[in-house]
Amino acid sequence: MDYLQLMGFGPNGWGYGMLAATGMTVAVALCGYLIGSVLGSLGAAAAFSRFMPLRAIAGFYTTVLRGIPDLLVIYLFYFGSSSVISAVGALFGAEGFVGAPAFLTGAMAIGVVSGAYQMQVFRGAVLALPKGEIEAARAYGMPSFLLFRRIILPQAARFAIPGMGNVWQLVLKESALISVIGLVEIMRQSQIGAGSTRQPFSFYLTAGALYLLITFVSGRGFRLAERRAMRGVRRAA
Amino acid sequence: MPDPAKTPAVQLSNIRKSYGEHEVLHGVSLTANEGDVISILGSSGSGKSTLLRCINMLEVPNAGSVSIHGEAITLDQKPGQPPRARDMRQVNRLRAKAAMVFQSFNLWSHLTILENLIEAPVYVLKRDRKEAIAEAEALLARVGIAEKRHAYPAHLSGGQQQRAAIARALAMHPSVMLFDEPTSALDPELVGEVLKVMRDLAAEGRTMLIVTHEMGFARDVSTRTVFLHNGVIEEEGAPAEVFENPRSDRFRQFISRDH
Repeated sequence: MDYLQLMGFGPNGWGYGMLAATGMTVAVALCGYLIGSVLGSLGAAAAFSRFMPLRAIAGFYTTVLRGIPDLLVIYLFYFGSSSVISAVGALFGAEGFVGAPAFLTGAMAIGVVSGAYQMQVFRGAVLALPKGEIEAARAYGMPSFLLFRRIILPQAARFAIPGMGNVWQLVLKESALISVIGLVEIMRQSQIGAGSTRQPFSFYLTAGALYLLITFVSGRGFRLAERRAMRGVRRAA
Repeated sequence: MPDPAKTPAVQLSNIRKSYGEHEVLHGVSLTANEGDVISILGSSGSGKSTLLRCINMLEVPNAGSVSIHGEAITLDQKPGQPPRARDMRQVNRLRAKAAMVFQSFNLWSHLTILENLIEAPVYVLKRDRKEAIAEAEALLARVGIAEKRHAYPAHLSGGQQQRAAIARALAMHPSVMLFDEPTSALDPELVGEVLKVMRDLAAEGRTMLIVTHEMGFARDVSTRTVFLHNGVIEEEGAPAEVFENPRSDRFRQFISRDH
């Protein structure tokens, strides 16, 4: 069977499977990334808090989650929640190990890890805000929410978007690790295909191309967003 | 009822301001009447900028009171606690009447010049956008940068940025204008164009408080000169008087030093 048939959409082709797996990769990465955005903004807000314990928690979170391997976080989430589910199952008479839902576990694991990185991006963006322009907004009578919406947010976006693009790429690659808990995304699907057809090279090469395609398209999106946000900023020629 | 024509535009009474243990204003009182152009002089560290920033509560005084057009800003000044304004809605309403021009312009860098001018009128004063744009264009023409209306601040020279910032202040229809060293960040050859705009405003009879190092300007344009030294007013009076016959030795030294 040649490559085109192998990856095609015919009766013996793996095309649909790989396509669905690509959708799964994007879905789990996106969910994790959004969870991370929420955790990251909360973390950044806590890091600027006047309340010391909040700052300490935020510091602990970002230090620990950035300091341990992502794979370990995924295992901790998976086996942690699985043992809870198994224990609950045992109460109702189920026997043995009950696995946690892979998508949810994977998205959560990606979420807490990427949140730790996004927190640093947001923190840096807030620190980079031009203080004088914020002061001018206050001096012109802007109440805090208006000031946040009209001045702080668009300015912080400038500084955050490039870093957010980096975190997105990390998240996308990290999603491959979720294959270890059985979620059928690009990596897992390629393993299955490689195993059953004995053509590992074709599958892993295709997987690589699919990841590149996703990062390429989303990279364009981030660059567009960055160009929009950077209006008015003079660059060194 | 006080006569509204005689209600001072700005009244500062016994203003004290400290940072930690260090008190930078030791009870300063200053009244600006309608149409006054008051230049506030003093060497760096004299507290002149702090005094100006106490008017619109960018700095909240530890003691003393601030009134704008007879309306006193309600302040919480409890010993041992940082002072704060009680009602931010009142502060924001009064801030919109006392437009400030900053040393480093502080135009909003993500907005075009025209957008800078209509931002606060539209979003703070809730004026009609079309009218605000028409007025902003007239103001930009007046300060001589009409052709820059769609440019971003970073693409303007310092002098143009400061003229845009003055236009932004004018767009608020302020009843008093606060200038915090408006020419100190400018290259010497750009100072003149900004001072010219300010001269025109003074000639219009606008109420202005100007913290400045421009002696010539203070002498020619202001109706009153205030000299601050170490957080107290050392000299105050009509410029013709105080520059000719300074009563305080420190002010004498100050004006003879480099001007």
